[in-house]
Amino acid sequence: MSEALEMTATITLAEATQFIWAEADLLDRLDYKPWLKLWTEGGKYIIPTERDPADYAEVLNIVYDNKVMREARAKRLLSGFSMSSAPPARTVRTVSRFVVTASGDDFIELRAAQMLAEYKYGHMRFLPADMRYRIVRAPDGTLLLDEKIVTLINAEDYQFGIGYLL
Amino acid sequence: MSDHDYATLVREDRVHTSLYRDGTIFDEEMDRIFKNTWVWVAHESDVPVKNSFKTSWVGREPVIVTRDREMKVNVLLNRCRHRAASVCEKKKGKASVFVCPYHGWSYDPDGTLRKVPHAAGYPEDFDKSEFPLISLRVETYQGMIFATFNNDIEPLVDYLGPARKWMDLFMKQGAGYGVKTLGEHKFRFPGNWKIQLENTTDAYHFPIVHKTFLDSLDAETENVFDVLGQGGWVEDLGNGHSVMVMIPDLIDLEDNLDAPIPDRFAELAQELRDEGHDDATVRKVVRAVGGSGFNLNLFPNVACSMAFFRVLRPVTVEETEIMHVAIGMDGGPAAGNRERLRLHEHFQGPMGFGTPDDAEGWERVQRGAHAGEDLWIMLNRGVDAPAGVAEPGHNAGDVSAETGMRAAYQQWKRMMTA
Repeated sequence: MSEALEMTATITLAEATQFIWAEADLLDRLDYKPWLKLWTEGGKYIIPTERDPADYAEVLNIVYDNKVMREARAKRLLSGFSMSSAPPARTVRTVSRFVVTASGDDFIELRAAQMLAEYKYGHMRFLPADMRYRIVRAPDGTLLLDEKIVTLINAEDYQFGIGYLL
Repeated sequence: MSDHDYATLVREDRVHTSLYRDGTIFDEEMDRIFKNTWVWVAHESDVPVKNSFKTSWVGREPVIVTRDREMKVNVLLNRCRHRAASVCEKKKGKASVFVCPYHGWSYDPDGTLRKVPHAAGYPEDFDKSEFPLISLRVETYQGMIFATFNNDIEPLVDYLGPARKWMDLFMKQGAGYGVKTLGEHKFRFPGNWKIQLENTTDAYHFPIVHKTFLDSLDAETENVFDVLGQGGWVEDLGNGHSVMVMIPDLIDLEDNLDAPIPDRFAELAQELRDEGHDDATVRKVVRAVGGSGFNLNLFPNVACSMAFFRVLRPVTVEETEIMHVAIGMDGGPAAGNRERLRLHEHFQGPMGFGTPDDAEGWERVQRGAHAGEDLWIMLNRGVDAPAGVAEPGHNAGDVSAETGMRAAYQQWKRMMTA
C-alpha cells in the first residue's frame, strides 16, 4: 500500500485504540510533555461537572483546557511545587468498551469507559468515567486528539483533590 | 464535656488540637452551633421562579430550599412526616409537589401536606395540618438565603452586623446586573471543618501553597495576586465574622472605572465592544469580572471569597465537604460570564490550579493533628493593621494576621459555652 493511500484512509478502531492506550500509558507514567504533543492546535480537554450539557463552554467544568491551559497545567503538575502533585498519587487506568460513534476520511469519534484507581497516603480511590474522543489524522499521517471529554461517574457530585491528569 | 471544659480549649492565641479530632466535640458543635445560628443554604438565584427548588444542608440535616407559589422561600426538612423517607433526591429543578416515594404522601412547595393515599385507613380525627414538612426559620440578605432551627435568635441582619457592608461590596461583581450562581464545584477532604473555616481568612499560606497558580499567571496578574504586599488587613466583624482584604484596589468594583484595562482582559473587552456594548458597560463588566479583592468569612459555613461563594459542610469530625459556587452577572453579557467560568476553573475545584493544593494542605493538618497528646494549634500571628484602614473600634491586624481565625474561635467558644 502506498504511503499516500494510507494517509487518507479512514482511521480504524484498531489504530484509535492503540492511540488511546498509548495516551493512557503516558498519563499513568506522568509523562506529560509528550502528551502535550498529542493534541491539535484547537484541541479541547474537558472534564465536566454535569452530564451532556448543550455547550461545555457555557457551563462550569472541572477542566476546560485549550492548548495554553494544558501547557500551564502540565507545567504545574511537573513543577514539584504543587503539594497535591508532589509527591504524586500513583494511578493505574484502563480504557475499554469502545464504540465508534462517527468516522470520516480524517477523523474518528468514539465513546469508551475508563477505570482508574488512585493511591496516595494509604487511600485507594476509584474514578470510573465515560469517555468521548475525537481523533483526527494530521497531514503527516499521525493521529492527534482533537477533543477528549472525561465524564466522571459522579461528575455532579463531590470529588477529592485530583493531582494528576484524567 | 462541661461548658468549663470547652472554655479551656480556646485561648486568646491558640486552640486545643482536640477541636480537630474529638468526635464528642463534633457532635456538640452540630448541636450547639449548627442548630443554633444562621446557616447559609442557597442563593436566591438557585430558586429563581415559583416551584423551583434546590436541596441543601443545615449542619448534618438535609433540607429542601423551595420557592412557593407566592414566591416565598422556604427551607424544609427533607423528611416525610410519615415514616421519614426523604421526599426529594434531586439537586435542583422545578416541582409543584414533593411526593414521598414510600407511601405517596404529597407536599406543596411550602411544606403543606396535600394528600395522603388511602386516607380511609386513618382514624377520623387524623388532621393533615399536623404533618407538614418541618419548616425552618428563613431570612435573606443580598440574595443569600440563611436558615436556622432556632426561632429565638436575633434577626439575620443583626447577626451579620458590620459584615453587611462587605456583602454589599461583594455583590458589586454583578456589574449592576445582579449576581446569579453559575455552577458549583464540590470536593471533600479528610479533615475537620474548622481547618477550612480558618483557611478563608489565611493570606499567609497563599504565596507558598499557591506558588504554581501564581507561576501560571502573566506578570501583571501575578502582581495583582501579591496578596501580602499591598497593605491589606484582616478585620474582626463580630459574631465570628471577619474580612481579609488582600487587594485594596479591588474593594469597590465601582471605583476606578477609567483605569486602563488589564492585558489579560483585553480580549474580553474587545469582544464586548464588538457586541455593541458602550464603553461604560465594557469597563464595568471588565472591572468586576475577576471578583473582589477580599474574603468575607461568615461564621459558621459560608464565605464571599473574591469571586465565588465558598460553602463548608461538616460531614464527620474528620471529613468536610466544600462547595465552590461560581457566580456571574444575572442577565449581563454572556462573554463576561464565560470569562468568569474559565477564571473559576483556573483556580477552583478538584482539578483547579489552587484548590487541590489547599485540600492537600488541610489533609496534612488533620494527619499531623494525630501526633502529640496535649499540643495546641497556634493562632498568634499578626501585627497592627495599616493605620486608618479598619473601622474604628474593630479589632484588626495586618493581612497575614490570624485575627479572623481568633474571631471565629471566640464565637465558637461563646456558642459552645452558652
